Amino acid sequence: MTQFSVRGLLGALAGAALLTAAATPAVLAQDYNADATIHIGSLYEPQNLDNTAGAGQGINEAFNSNVYEALFQLTDAGSVVPQLADSFAVSDDGLTYTFKLKPGVTFHSGDKLTSADVKSSIERVTAENSKSSRKSSLKTIASVETPDDQTVVIKLSARSISLPYNLSYVWIVDHNAKDITSSEDGTGPYKLGEWRRGSALSLERFDGYWGTKPTNKEVVFSYFTDATAENNALLTGAVDIITSVQSPDSLAQFQNNPAYTVSNGQSTTKLVLAYNDRVAPFDNVKVRKAIARAINNKQLLQSIWGSYGSLIGSFVPPTDPWYEDLTGVDPYDPASAKQLLTEAGFPNGFTITLDTPNYDPHPVVAQFVQSELAKVGITVKINIITPNEWYTKIYQKHDFQVTLQEHVNHRDIVFYGNPDFYWGYNNPEVVKLIADSDKAKTTDEQTADLKKANEIISQDKASDWLYLYPQIVVASAKVSGYPVNGLNSQFFVYGIKKAQ
Amino acid sequence: MQRPRPGAGTLYFARCIAKRQLAFRLNHDPEVIAILAYLARRLVILVLSLFVAAVVLFVLLRLLPGDPANALLGVGATDAQIAAARAQVGSDQPLPAQFVGFLGKLARFDLGESFVSKTPVLPEIGNRLSVTLPLTIGGFLLAISIAVPLGILAGVKANGRLGTTISVVSQLGIAIPVFWLGILLVAIFAVNLRIFPSGGFPLEGWRNFGTALLSLILPVVTVAIVIAASLLRYVRAATLDVLGSDYLRTARALGSGFTEALLRHGVRNGAVPVISILGIDLATSFLGAVVVEKVYALPGLGSMLLLAIGQRDYPDVQGVLFVSTLLVLVIGFAADLIQRLVDPRLRGQVHTS
Repeated sequence: MTQFSVRGLLGALAGAALLTAAATPAVLAQDYNADATIHIGSLYEPQNLDNTAGAGQGINEAFNSNVYEALFQLTDAGSVVPQLADSFAVSDDGLTYTFKLKPGVTFHSGDKLTSADVKSSIERVTAENSKSSRKSSLKTIASVETPDDQTVVIKLSARSISLPYNLSYVWIVDHNAKDITSSEDGTGPYKLGEWRRGSALSLERFDGYWGTKPTNKEVVFSYFTDATAENNALLTGAVDIITSVQSPDSLAQFQNNPAYTVSNGQSTTKLVLAYNDRVAPFDNVKVRKAIARAINNKQLLQSIWGSYGSLIGSFVPPTDPWYEDLTGVDPYDPASAKQLLTEAGFPNGFTITLDTPNYDPHPVVAQFVQSELAKVGITVKINIITPNEWYTKIYQKHDFQVTLQEHVNHRDIVFYGNPDFYWGYNNPEVVKLIADSDKAKTTDEQTADLKKANEIISQDKASDWLYLYPQIVVASAKVSGYPVNGLNSQFFVYGIKKAQ
Repeated sequence: MQRPRPGAGTLYFARCIAKRQLAFRLNHDPEVIAILAYLARRLVILVLSLFVAAVVLFVLLRLLPGDPANALLGVGATDAQIAAARAQVGSDQPLPAQFVGFLGKLARFDLGESFVSKTPVLPEIGNRLSVTLPLTIGGFLLAISIAVPLGILAGVKANGRLGTTISVVSQLGIAIPVFWLGILLVAIFAVNLRIFPSGGFPLEGWRNFGTALLSLILPVVTVAIVIAASLLRYVRAATLDVLGSDYLRTARALGSGFTEALLRHGVRNGAVPVISILGIDLATSFLGAVVVEKVYALPGLGSMLLLAIGQRDYPDVQGVLFVSTLLVLVIGFAADLIQRLVDPRLRGQVHTS
């Protein structure tokens, strides 16, 4: 009896402890409005709703993990975790991946998720007429088999250690879905509400979601073409969050203001001064190094972004596992730049044309490069072009000497392993290292290969990497739980909480 | 048997006569024929202008460097993917073949579908017009209601302090760039006073009537101020002309009061030159809405056009420019017609012109 009551007391105590533990989130839960509408301002309006048909980065922002899910998710912290894959096994030769799907997952249309949906979704990206920029990264997929409803078997023609990562880009779409350029059928925590082109897109909480219920009821992405209009919307409370601030001058009004939170996250966007390494004088490593040493990147970054952003010294941002600080290779040193030019046979410099995209910050950067290079005797002619022209002239025809471009993706060092890429960097050792890295048996091996490749391209100055953009999210202090890194332009909205 | 009431027969007879007179007038009255002939001639010119505009549009767009297929592709696309995208949008076809296809579709008023968003162009234009038309027409009507009374006042009191003040302020209005005015109004009324939203349009469109209306107020005022400033000068000039005219002096000599003479004779005479300016101003404000839409983040025709040009989305660009050309031509047509209705003397000129 006594014992019982002691046990009862202990039990009550334990129960109370559990209650306290459970009560903490419960108290927090009352702090936010579970049925709130979150308004998000963005500069990246999707042009259609299909991420394989030229929709732009905006569709990843609005839809990845919000409306569509994949077998794996690239988290905001940069790790790859299973999403619709419940478990997976890899054969010893690394050529067969067997995935078990999460049970009880339904699409927004009510259809059940089966292996047939996974197969059709992967084949949509690898298809003949696919315009997905991810097509080549999945080229090792030889076949997709569906032994039963819950099992998918992917056979590869060569080892691919990045398969789970690459699959994080492949939306799982209901194979019965008709037109996904203007409608959707995914498995995510939200379904598409309304979409008004040129203006906004809304997502509504999906009640049949298999996972954790979102902490808000509705999310509206409002799209802006003008950064000032976007900032005004945040100042007037029309939006709660701006996903990626691109106007450094506007930050002052949000900093030191308790009503707003400025988050400085991890970025993957690199500003690159790309030489056409195929043509003289850029086929000469000394010339490439000389130009890199002649430009004061630190001053450039500071004049544009103030205290934000960082220098990288290579194409690999700190979020990639094979990052290494290479800013010490060819640092700013105009005197040695001049000497390298003399050694390369250009004591009096030369004249080059810099093809510059017409939007910020490229024109300003071009002028800075022009004045820096003038100091070492290189005359730069600035040729302003539109992004569309850039794609035809430079990306397709390789008809250029030097150009400026921002590269936004995560893990894109692989571009230096493709000698046909627009910048034409062709170093057989790097090509081999990058090809080998994907066939690696362990991630350590892969990391070692890519680190090595990165060191070589940095020493070779395959391009000049001017700086890494900052990734700045500005939000009203009333909201919390939003992602701050936005890797690959993703912006997960399901954990955003708005105060009562 | 009841005899018909005498009045009924007469009324019936009178009605018949009126009908026949109207029919006769329509068929034989030289004035009506002149107007109809004028209408017909203007319609032919309208259709020809549209055709010429379509050709110019087609050629100019193809002269721009770049390729519409690029909007479908990203960095990382292979040569085969690029070729597939070009085949999809048809930019790999020779220009004459593209032109024939374009004209054929245009003749059926089929504007096609966007290369990038895959949406049919015409419904999308309709959707965008639901913002641009209220913006333009609202701004225009507000401008008239500001400019006409103030312009007349400035003319009548041309030598007084009031007239001078109005003129100076209107000069200022002309000198201000429209986007700057927009930014200024947003800073005052949206960011500081929080009376109006700083921009945007409700997701539900006009179904959310109150919000939609509220979000158009500042843009409409911006458009109105800019048009009113230029319109005011014309109204003032027309008023000065009328004030110095012989007919007004004669009317006053015959015992009419100043206000009565101005309203009865002055307004109608002064309106003629102002109407043609109104036509031009309405067309200008329709086109100027592009800038205002950008400042206020409105999903109108202008933002559709800017994006489409950037992406070389030919069907969208052609569609928007074709529809706006049509609207501008129709506005000019209407202004000419109204001028002739207001001033009978102009109708005679049709024969000679």
